[in-house]
Amino acid sequence: MWKFLLPFAAFIALVVLFAFGLNPARDIHALPSPLIGKAAPEFTLADVLDPSRSVSNAAFKGQVYVLNVWGTWCGGCREEHPELLAIAQQHVVPIVGLVYLDDRVKAKQWLEQLGNPYEAVAFDNDGRTAINWGVYGAPETFLVDTHGQVIYKFISPVTQEIWNREFLPRIAAARRGGA
Amino acid sequence: MVLTLLSVRAAAALDDAAATATATAATAAAGTAPSAAASGAASAAAAASDAAVDANGQLEDRALQARFEQITKQLRCLVCQNESIADSNVELAADLRRQVREMLLAGKSDDAIFDFMTDRYGEFVRFNPPLERKTLLIWGAPFIMLLLGGAVVYRVARQRSRMPLDDEPAV
Repeated sequence: MWKFLLPFAAFIALVVLFAFGLNPARDIHALPSPLIGKAAPEFTLADVLDPSRSVSNAAFKGQVYVLNVWGTWCGGCREEHPELLAIAQQHVVPIVGLVYLDDRVKAKQWLEQLGNPYEAVAFDNDGRTAINWGVYGAPETFLVDTHGQVIYKFISPVTQEIWNREFLPRIAAARRGGA
Repeated sequence: MVLTLLSVRAAAALDDAAATATATAATAAAGTAPSAAASGAASAAAAASDAAVDANGQLEDRALQARFEQITKQLRCLVCQNESIADSNVELAADLRRQVREMLLAGKSDDAIFDFMTDRYGEFVRFNPPLERKTLLIWGAPFIMLLLGGAVVYRVARQRSRMPLDDEPAV
């Protein structure tokens, strides 16, 4: 009896392991963020559109907001841009942009040519803010709740479908839970 | 959680050859990458000082330099995942090296630096995860496998020794 059952159990275990490990839908480059459940790191950086002004996420404290990390060098960001424009049109939450590893003039041109979905766009000139947020690529999108806690991180381009499925329920829950 | 870590480590091993190839490509591209040159004036200045230290591989203090090398070798570059930030040429790795150097110069301990990195990037940044409860399976897996394999070999050997040798000619 054992002679047949043991190999069979081992086989099932392997099937489960491979179904998980080799699943093409699972992005092995998407890492869980240790920031979830922690306070969003604060930043005050130059405004991409007007460097004499500054952008701070402290200004959004008390409301649910989205931080979208992007750069003009990033193909995924170009793909994401029209989706973000459409999402911004729906006026659910403010979207704050963080320009990462980029040239400020190019970023400004991008916004002028392709449209600006952002409430404010900060320019991370030395990558320090990105390190504090645990950013390792673009686009990356964070959701911050009314208590200033990071509640969700999405890596790779956001689409309307992903927005509806992953972000809207969390935003609604954060508003119910918050003030 | 543990299963994720395990499978990621296995995948990392499988990808190793591919990563080496990418690394070579990255090194080749780094000299001409326009994005590196296009960064703002401030980061260009920072990059220049980075390059100086990185190129010579020297901090003034010998002991600090040794620690710098040790630490950067043990931190994963999250862009290219199978390279350490000591080996990688991507901008994030350069930024993280700058971070490590600044923390060393500020007198921070190795643990403080590793904690800084894991707070932001998770345990995955460490090539050498600390032995603790949630990493127990990773560290223990080789020994468990050895025990299991040994048990199988032992059982088979014992069964064989009790069986008559049927391939020997009867005398």
